[in-house]
Parts: sequence; C-alpha cells; structure tokens
Amino acid sequence: MRFLKRFYVGIIFFFLYAPIIILMIFSFSDSKFRGHWGGFTLRWYVELFRDREIMSALYYTVIIAVLASLIATIIGTIAAIGIHDMGKFGRNVIINLTYLPMLNPDIVTGISLMILFVFLRVERGFMTLLLAHITFNIPYVIFAVMPKLKQMNKHLYEAALDLGATPSYAFRKVILPEIMPGVVTGLILAFTLSIDDFVISYFTTGAGVSNLSIVIHSMARLGINPSINALSTLMFTTVLLLLLIVNKRSSNNSRKENAV
Amino acid sequence: MKRSLKAKLILLLAVSLISILLLSGCGKSYDATLRVYNWGDYMDKSIITDFEKEYNIKVIYSTFTTNEDMYVSLKSGGSTYDVVFPSEYMVKRMINEDMLHKINMDNIPNFKYIDDRFKNPPWDPNNEYSVPYFWGTLGIVYNKTMVDDPVDSWEILWNEKYERQILMLDSQRDSIGLTLQMLGYSMNTRNLDELEEAKQKLIEQKPLVLAYVGDEVKDKMVGGEAALAVVWSGEAVAMKWENPDLEYVIPKEGGNLWFDCAVIPKSSKNKEAAELFINYLCDPEIAYRNADYIGYSTPNTETMKMLDEELLNDIAAYPSDEDIANAEVFDDVSDALEIYDRIWTEIKAK
Repeated sequence: MRFLKRFYVGIIFFFLYAPIIILMIFSFSDSKFRGHWGGFTLRWYVELFRDREIMSALYYTVIIAVLASLIATIIGTIAAIGIHDMGKFGRNVIINLTYLPMLNPDIVTGISLMILFVFLRVERGFMTLLLAHITFNIPYVIFAVMPKLKQMNKHLYEAALDLGATPSYAFRKVILPEIMPGVVTGLILAFTLSIDDFVISYFTTGAGVSNLSIVIHSMARLGINPSINALSTLMFTTVLLLLLIVNKRSSNNSRKENAV
Repeated sequence: MKRSLKAKLILLLAVSLISILLLSGCGKSYDATLRVYNWGDYMDKSIITDFEKEYNIKVIYSTFTTNEDMYVSLKSGGSTYDVVFPSEYMVKRMINEDMLHKINMDNIPNFKYIDDRFKNPPWDPNNEYSVPYFWGTLGIVYNKTMVDDPVDSWEILWNEKYERQILMLDSQRDSIGLTLQMLGYSMNTRNLDELEEAKQKLIEQKPLVLAYVGDEVKDKMVGGEAALAVVWSGEAVAMKWENPDLEYVIPKEGGNLWFDCAVIPKSSKNKEAAELFINYLCDPEIAYRNADYIGYSTPNTETMKMLDEELLNDIAAYPSDEDIANAEVFDDVSDALEIYDRIWTEIKAK
C-alpha cells in the first residue's frame, strides 16, 4: 500500500517535470529543432547573453514582477485591513467588487485596461505595464490577507492600545506580525502571477517594453529560439536552488527553536 | 519565525535584484531613438547594436506574431513605431488606410541593390511606401521516403493514401488561399460561392489532416512524424538542411509569393532615423548577415552574390523566374474579411 502511494506520487511528479527536463536537455543540443539531438553545445547559453531582446525582456519581467508584487502587497494589505473593519454591507460590496477581476478572463481585464489607457491618452510602455500588473495583483493579496485578519483575536489590538501603544505602533508590533503569513503568501502569489502573465501584459505594453511571455509568443511564426530553452533552464535551476536554501535554513531554524 | 525569515530572504533577494537590474540598465546617451517593430526572431540583433554604434541612435526593438496583431497595435494608438515590417497585403491595407509615410528614396541609396523583379510591386505600384525585406514562396515540403507519388500539385494534400500524415498551416489566408488556387480560383477571391466551395473542400480534407500547425511543423517534419506539410519556403530551407530526406515543391497551380517589407508608419516621430535604418538594412554586407542568420531569401542582388552556390540553386531558397511565373501574391481582402473569418472558424470547428 505504501509502495503504491509512493509510486502514485512519483508518477505525478514525473509527468509534471518530464517536459521541463526534456527542455533542459535540449538546451544543450546543437540543433534548432526539438526532438533531434545535434550534439552537445553551450552555444545557446552564449547566444542567450548576447541576445539583447531576450535579455531586455528578462529585465522587464523581473523588475515588473518585483515592483508590482511589492506595491500590490502594500496596497492590498492596507486595503484588507480597511475592508476588515468596515460594516457588513460595505464589506460585502467591496469584497464582491474585488472578486470581479479575479473571475474575469484575463483578456477582458487586458483589453479594458488598454482602452482605458488609450482613452486617457497615456502612451503605453513601462508605466502602463506596471500599473496593469499592480491592478490584477491587488485582489490576490487582499484575499490572502483577509483570512489571517479574521483569525486574529481583535482584542489583541485593543489591548495594545490600552497599554499605551499608538495606533501605528500597535499596527507594526501587533497586527502585522499576526497577519505576516498572509502577507507573504500574497506577495509570493502576486510575484508568480506577474512573472507568468501574458494576456494582460500583451495589451497594456508599448514599444520596446516586452516581458518574456510576449517575446516567446512573438517567436511563434519562425520557431522558438533555443536560447529560450537555455534561459528556462537557468531560471528553473535558480528558483530550485533558492527554494532548497530557504527550506534548509528554515528547517534548521525550527529545529533550533524546538531544541530550546 | 519560519515565515518571517522567508519574508526577509525574499525582501533581500528583491532588493538585490532591483539594484543589479537598475545598475545594468544604465547606459550612455544617444542623439535619438528609433522604435522598430518586427516579427519575432526576424533580425540578427548584432546588426542593431552595430547600427547604434555607427549612428549613435538608440534602437528600441519590439516584436509581433502576426500581421493582424501588428495592425491592431498600430491602429489602437498609444504606441509609436518608426519602422515596421508587415507583409505585402498588409502594406496595401495600411496604404489604403493612410497609415504610412511616403519614404524619401533619396535617403535610401542602397535601394539600388534591390532586385528589379521586386521593384514597383502591385501593392505599392510606385515604390513610395515600402522597401522589400525578405521574400519567399508557399509550397509543400514532403518526405521522400514516405511519399511515392509525384508531388507537384496541391491535390496531393487531398490524397487519402496519406491519411493523418498531412500537416496544414494554422493560417487563415494561406490555407484557404491554396484551396482556392487548387480549385482554379484566385487566392484573393471575394466571391462567396468560391469561398464556400473552398470551405467544403477543407472540411472534406479534415480527416486526413494530422494537425493544423504553426512553427511545430519544423520539428514534426524533421522528426519524420508526417509525410507532407504546407510551409513557407524559408522554413523549408532549414528543414532540408536538418533532414536530407525532405524536399520542397512549388505546386504547379502557382503557389503563393510573399514579401515582408519595411515601412514607416504615420505615428513615427523620427522619419530620418527610420530611413537611415532601412538604408542600413539594404546594405549588401548587412543584408548578408541578416539573411545568414534568418535563412530566408533576400531581395538584395549584391547580397545574393555572396551566398553559397548550393543555396542559390535551391528552389526553396531562390526559385527561378519560371518557378514563380504562376505564383500569386496576396491582395488586401479587408472588404471580405468577415467571410474569411467565418469560413475559417467553421473549418476549425468541424
């Protein structure tokens, strides 16, 4: 039974990761074609760093994701606290409004934002792309933080005030630590969604500012350049390494705590 | 504790990333900027870097996937481009809709290198708006070991012997166009009956088709997964090189001749720089580097002299005048676009 369980999990992971592994293997193939091994080469890695289009797309992808997720997390956390303290009617209205962009297909959000920017005569580019990403990230942050606020004992904050803390001190020292797990979840979620997004970015960006998904999509007619495989390999290994390090450190940490 | 440590780590990571990225983002100052909008992976980017160095003009380079995407992006406003590379029928549509600047040919001395065959084309009769960038044909690529009938006509794509071994292009104009041509009509017809007939024919063909594909066609044909495929000539050159069993044919019905051209949209803020860039691309040396990187056919006569004899004799890369004598060029059919869209949806939905 135990073997079956493991086998089942193993199969799931195999199917999840097999395509990525194949892609990684072919980033070393000296051929522009998938499914055709042309001998070992590091050529695509060299070309990747020479390819200014891919490099600039990588730059924009990362910087937009970082900025958008940070800003969205700040706005979303503040909004969640505000919504939490609203009356029942107001809260319901705002929560349902917040659900809308999450339920909408991306293309509706993307085109609506594009029309808005065109209507306001804003030239599309870095700023519009950033604003769009912040916009679609905020709801996710709000819904990551809300449950933590609900779980929190509301008397904690009052007790802090009774004991002489100013509201902002109480916020920093009492509320924030309590809801931190939700805030971090929201941040990570927003970051992931932002890196991953294609449709909304496609409609809200302008000349010269493209993220990776747009560049890869535009290669569809002539074939995906294998440098993209090389880039995916690098990104995948970086993220994997980071995760391993973080997990290792935090498990060390909790072991220490347990020991104490 | 566990969570806050993660948060700190992430924050640290974010801050260091931003600083690295901001630092690397800094650069020198340029006299002007030029915004180029091109098909994905359709230019050797070292050419752009060299152009920047030579003229001290910063190039902002973006890419699109289809003519229609590019058209929407330009039409919706809010983003400006100085040089764009549409295909011929889209050039015509843009001329008709007054979206293009006239190019001052005095600023493009290298235009003299462009093959006379490609000057004053039907979509731009006096060569006022466009300069050819790359060209090619639409034809059939087949695997010699899997096909024993002679391949010389679009009709082979309807041969039941090759059931589930045929790859069609996931491209509205091309797939409907070749069917129209096989039926003896023009690829540019606006006649509803003719289009309906083509639709029936394509629906009839559907059980034989393995898939409607985009760029995967290369992997599938090179890997021997299918026997026949409709492809653009430039792709065929690369495929033949990778798998010698493959052969390219321009069907006897004529096939399609296509051109991608450089144009300057009305929204351009720097027409002089745009002309400088177009002229730079027509320089034989530069055009050679570009053709070598992309593998498509150049319209530049001086560049052709630098190419391999073998490539020049390849019908996929440089077909002779005879080969393309009957080839049709796409015309703008925007007045019948709705019919094309509807028919295409019906075919794909079946």
